[in-house]
Order: sequence, then structure tokens, then C-alpha cells
Amino acid sequence: MTATTNKPRLSRSHACDLLKQMIRIRRFEDKCAELYTQEKIRGYLHLYDGEEAVAVGVIPVLEKRDRIVATYREHGHALVRGVPMKTALAEMYGKREGCSGGRGGSMHMFDQATNFYGGNAIVGGGLPLSVGLALSDQMRGQDNVTACFFGEGAVAEGEFHESVNLAALWSLPVLFVCENNLYAMGTALAISESETNIQRKAACYRMAAEAVDGMDVIAVEAAARRAVAAIRQTGQPYFLECRTYRLRAHSMFDAQLYRDRAEVEAWRAKEPILRFRSWLEQSKMLDPEDLTRIEAEVAAEIADAVSFAEAGTWEPVGELTRFVYAEKTA
Amino acid sequence: MLHKAAQVAVTETTYREAIREAIRDALKRDERVFLMGEDVGRYGGCYAVTKGLLAEFGPKRIRDTPLSESGFTGAGIGAAIGGMRPIVEVMTVNFSLLALDQILNSAATIRHMSGNQFGVPLVIRMATGAGRQLAAQHSHSLEGWYAHIPGIKVLAPATIEDARGMLWTALEDPDPVLIFEHIMLYNMTGTLSPDAGPVNIDKAVVRQEGRDISLITYGGSLWKTLEAAASLATEGIEAEVVDLRTLRPLDDATIMASLRKTHRAVIIDEGWRAGSLAAEICTRIVEQAFWDLDAPIGRVCSEEVPIPYPRHLEEAAIPQASKIVAAAKALLKRA
Repeated sequence: MTATTNKPRLSRSHACDLLKQMIRIRRFEDKCAELYTQEKIRGYLHLYDGEEAVAVGVIPVLEKRDRIVATYREHGHALVRGVPMKTALAEMYGKREGCSGGRGGSMHMFDQATNFYGGNAIVGGGLPLSVGLALSDQMRGQDNVTACFFGEGAVAEGEFHESVNLAALWSLPVLFVCENNLYAMGTALAISESETNIQRKAACYRMAAEAVDGMDVIAVEAAARRAVAAIRQTGQPYFLECRTYRLRAHSMFDAQLYRDRAEVEAWRAKEPILRFRSWLEQSKMLDPEDLTRIEAEVAAEIADAVSFAEAGTWEPVGELTRFVYAEKTA
Repeated sequence: MLHKAAQVAVTETTYREAIREAIRDALKRDERVFLMGEDVGRYGGCYAVTKGLLAEFGPKRIRDTPLSESGFTGAGIGAAIGGMRPIVEVMTVNFSLLALDQILNSAATIRHMSGNQFGVPLVIRMATGAGRQLAAQHSHSLEGWYAHIPGIKVLAPATIEDARGMLWTALEDPDPVLIFEHIMLYNMTGTLSPDAGPVNIDKAVVRQEGRDISLITYGGSLWKTLEAAASLATEGIEAEVVDLRTLRPLDDATIMASLRKTHRAVIIDEGWRAGSLAAEICTRIVEQAFWDLDAPIGRVCSEEVPIPYPRHLEEAAIPQASKIVAAAKALLKRA
């Protein structure tokens, strides 16, 4: 792991936190997949399996006052940010107790309490939003950072280029986090981009940019610390390309005809949880009891979340058209 | 001259200046307000609406943007969610299609989709309409398309009072409001009371009363419709002219009240006929006032062609007073 080279003081408790957060996401989404087959969760369901180190490496570096814009593959980001697992799952059930009142589902988790601005299912659509949030902070003299997560598929969209340019041009405090998992749905990066080194695209907009091993939670965290510190100091945007891999299908409807099983298996050997856990064990920073405890806590949290979602209620159809517009406060 | 100055009750102005004054007023009233768009600062605005504002308010509040409609419209959405009150200017409605993703998929959806956690108090202004021989990529009237979208409000100021007064009300609205300014109105002159201020954005207005037929219109077509009404009056036909002002939500009550009085209607809409706002109004009349009708409903819309460049073809493509007169008379004869 890069921890040894970057020499951050990785405490045992912090290491356990990182591991736990990744396991939380993985186990939660395993449960979501199961619930999907039971038709408790419908619509699209995009799992983060394999990419957990990105959200877990970046989000805890942010302050509570900072802002997050994510994509339709955002369960992990929501959980790490502090959106309660039970309201996240209730949202996926479509129950009114969900974090978006059940209106958004898996792809549209919003949470005002944690400055979590969705859950955007238009590839690239969140980038201009993050630019605007950062602009509001700049104009009001607040040193918040807006972290914007998106996949490498978004890089092909005009909105990517428009947003990165605006952020650099106007010196806006945005942390752009590209989760490069090598496939835009089923289209490989190499057959969709002339320049596959994503961070170079940002760099040519005169923005600090770096690529990091997105399967290495410590490397991601170290890069995020550098990036957030730089943004707070300079007010300028920063671009992190996290090189990662999606181990599961794009969504639950994906037969994965576009990639070899061998490729997936090769990446599975590098997957972030196993990798970090093994390293912690070798470094004597993780006892078997720690792992047992983490797994038990996560299992209990998931069981609670399932009970909560199951017990949730449906929004009355009579409220269908509420909140298309703001309601007048009489 | 002296005599005129001594009156000072009203000022001579233009539609363009009225909008500029509305923007100035908003910038002065609320420090959260800022304007961004293509060429709004140094150039002074494609239609010169924002001329002089950069010098007065500086580049932070009058922001020239790159040609990135989706990017800066989305930035306006984000800034609105973040607590600002942005005014985004899109140079012309045809260019707004490059921002349609942000307008439809974000601005219009976020409040509902987030379960009312986030709203988008954003105003987007843009020029619309034909008449300057700008051909098929600068002349369309797509406000009817936007009026199709739940989650946004759509305004079409046709008068100097509305050009002056709608913006502030729109900025105070907690949801996204689109304001469509017809390009043929910018040079329109008129008077404005010195105390002219905010106006409502939820009511249609009867601009001219009449008992024989309702002519229902909005925006740039209002003046052609009033011209048609004057022509009809010379033939003894009293037309009532309804200015919709707000295209979403539509003020059904004012429309139906006029219908119940006149029992006949022609809808004048510069959008294309098929699937138009005129079609929506027609349907609402049929749904809500069918038994009050004494004749079929008429429509004067744009022809089903991209707006052509030569003047005679452009004029033939869009509503004109003569077409409105003909449509009205056809209904009355049949009645």
C-alpha cells in the first residue's frame, strides 16, 4: 500500500474505520442486490462493488459544511457521507421515509442534512451543478469545498468540458473526482476516448490534476487530503482521477457481453477491501476480532435498515403532485 | 419640451430599457442577485439589454460566460440551490436547447425528486420569436415547449409594464422561472410610471374588452392581435383580447371568463401549430367551456416550417394581423 511511502500516521482506529466503511458499502449493496431479486427494490440499481475505496478515501476528508454531488451509482457516497443506511434503503424501496421521500429511488438520493445534492442520473449532469454550488460559496465568501463525483463516461460529455473550464476560469472550489472504472456502461474507455489519460484533459484546462490508484483507499485518502488542502488554500479547483473497476454488472439488466470474465477476475484479485484488509493484517493493525466486530456491526445495521424499510409507508397517491413547486406557507 | 418635462408623471422608455431597469433594480435590492450569460458584460448583451450594467455592478455580478449554455445554466441551478438568486441570460431560445438537459432534468425535477429538500430559485431569460430575418436557427418560438414542463414557470411579458415588473416577482419565486422576451418588442417604446414595480406572474389580463370573440394570445403576438382587433372594430366586430402573460401555469379562469362572455375564440401563438400551446388552450376550452361555445375554436400559429430567411416567407410563416382578422371573421360568419 502507498501508506508506507506517503507516511501518513495511519492509526489503528482510523484504519478500522476505513475498512468498516468499505465493508459497510459492500455488504449493504450485496443485500440490495438480494432485495432486488425479491423485487423489493425496482427500477435501475447500480452497484459500487469494487469502487468503494474512492468514496471512502475522499468523503471523510471533507468537512460537514462541504457539499457533495454524486451520480446514479451513489449508495456508497451517501452512506459514507452520513446519510443513514435506513433512509437510504427506504429510498430504494420507494417508501416515504426514504432520504428523498421515496420520490427518487436508487439513483436520486438527496439529503439536506449532509449537503448531499443527489444522485444525478444524467451522465455529466452533476458537473455544472457542482460548479454553481461552488460559485455560490465563492460569491458569499465561504470556504466550502464541493466534491463532484462522476465516471469516466462523463468525460465524453460537453458538460464535463464546460464545467471543468468554468471552474478553472472562475477559480471555483470544486474537487472533481473522476471514478474511472474503464467502462461507460458497456463501452470501454479505449474505444470511446482518443486520450484515455483522463487527468490530462483536466490539466489542459490549467487545473491541478492527478491520477491515483482507486483500488487503494490509503492512496485515495492521501490524494484527497492534498487536493482538499490545496482547494482551501487557493480556492482553485482540483481534479482527481481515481483508477478503479466495477466488479459487478453496470446495472441489474447487464449481461456483460462487452468484457471477459478473466478480466473481471483479474481485477477482483485487486479489489480494495481484500487488499486493504490483507495489508492491515500483515501490518498487525487488524486483529481477527476487529473484523468479526466490524462484520457484526455492519450486519446489525443492515438488518435494522431492512426492518426500517419494510416498515416504511407509501406516500399517498393524493400527494403525487406535491412539491412540483414550493408550497405557499400560509 | 419643458412642458413635457414638467409633467414627470410618466417616463418614455422602451421594452429593452424596462428589462434593464428591472435587472438594475434587482441587483440593487438583493446582493444575492447576479447575472450571467454570453456577452452580457463587455458586449452589453446580444440585444443590448444589459448595456452599462458591467460598469455599474462589476464583473462578479455581471458575468460574461463562455459559450457553454449547459454549463452556465447548470451553474445557475447550483448557485440557486447554494443560496444565490441568479439570472441566467440565454442569448436566444434556439441556443437554450443546448441547456435543455439542465433545465428539464435538473431545474424542473430537483424539488420533487428530492422530496422538497432542495428548490431552484433561478430565473432564466431568453429572446424568442421571428421577425428579424434571422432564419431557421435564431427565430423560433419554443416557449410552448417549455410550458410543457412541470416544475418550471414560463412568462411572456408583452408590455413595458410586464417587462419592468415580472423579473422581481420571478426572482422572489422559490422555483425556476423562464422569461421569454420577443425580439420584436425590444425597441417598442412606451411610457412607464416612475413607481412602476413588481407585477403578478400568475394572472392573464384582458387587454381590450369585447363581446363578440375572444382573441387569446401572448408575447410578441399581442400587438398583432390588438391591431387585428382594431381592424375588426371597423367592421363592427368587438373582439376581446386576452394576454396570457404566464404560459405555465395557465390562468384558466380568465380564459374561461372571456369565453363565457364571447362564446368564440381564436388563439394566436407564434409556436408551430402541431402540439402547440394553442392546442393546449384549445383543449382546456373544450374541457371546461364546451357548452359555452357557439363556434369551433380557431388557431393562428406558425406554419409547419423552419422559419425562412427572406422577409416575405418569414412573414408568411408567422401569425399576422391579417390572418387573425380572417380567422375571426371565419368563425363569426359560421356562427
